[in-house]
Amino acid sequence: MTIDWAHFAPLSALAGGALIGVAAAFLILGAGRILGAAGIVGGALDIGSVEAPWRWSLIAGLVVSPLIARSLSDIAAPVFLVHWPALIVSGLLVGFGARLGSGCTSGHGVCGLARLSPRSAVATVVFMATAVVTVFITHHLIG
Amino acid sequence: MKRNLFALAIGLIFGLGLCISGMYLPAKVIGFLDLAGAWDPSLAFVMIGAIVVALPAFWIAKRRSNAWLGGAIELPTARSIDAPLIVGSAIFGIGWGLAGVCPAPGVVDLGFLNGDAAIFVAAMAAGVLIYRATSHWRLPDAGVLTQDA
Repeated sequence: MTIDWAHFAPLSALAGGALIGVAAAFLILGAGRILGAAGIVGGALDIGSVEAPWRWSLIAGLVVSPLIARSLSDIAAPVFLVHWPALIVSGLLVGFGARLGSGCTSGHGVCGLARLSPRSAVATVVFMATAVVTVFITHHLIG
Repeated sequence: MKRNLFALAIGLIFGLGLCISGMYLPAKVIGFLDLAGAWDPSLAFVMIGAIVVALPAFWIAKRRSNAWLGGAIELPTARSIDAPLIVGSAIFGIGWGLAGVCPAPGVVDLGFLNGDAAIFVAAMAAGVLIYRATSHWRLPDAGVLTQDA
């Protein structure tokens, strides 16, 4: 294994991670809800539910956040690495899998681990493992 | 209204965290998942930073019943490590590894007016709706349905 020292940025990773932790902490203590992005997006689709408006508000905050980040520093625009057919497959699997598995990177990987939930620990190990295998296949075997 | 403004602020903080950490960039995520290539361990530090900060909040949340803005604190109640958890997480990981995008970064990337992000988020929403449309094919879930984790 070789470390990609050119891109490894532990301090900004820790700082950004801490902000994600702050968001998760305030949402559970302030509103009593788990900061799980897949659940929030999924729940927002229940238009008419009393739980939908706060979810749409949170999504609006996520969408607006790059404007603030870009005004603070000169950050790069995201570049997607795969074309639209693969993106559609990826999105379908992410949406379906996160609901079937009751969580995603934020729901299980941050909130679940911070709750010391064994279920979330298993989920996190499983999705990390299949993601690593998928990247190995697409980048080294057929890439 | 107060609850919606609060959620808006949470979304901003969450999104800023994803921007600062670089996790809104698919290449950064792939760099972490690509163990056989040049490995970028940054994502592990994002998770450590987030968990260290969130840990005391969940410790307190488990010992309180009401949120600051009123209403109950709803923590997931499911305990069983069952097939839906494992199969769902495995499917999620395959999707995550294909493009290097998970739900929150996908939504943040919409804010860069990125057309690919719009395709990803639309497909993700479709995936959620397919899950719901097929839910009668599965056994009833054991735990809380409305919340993650």
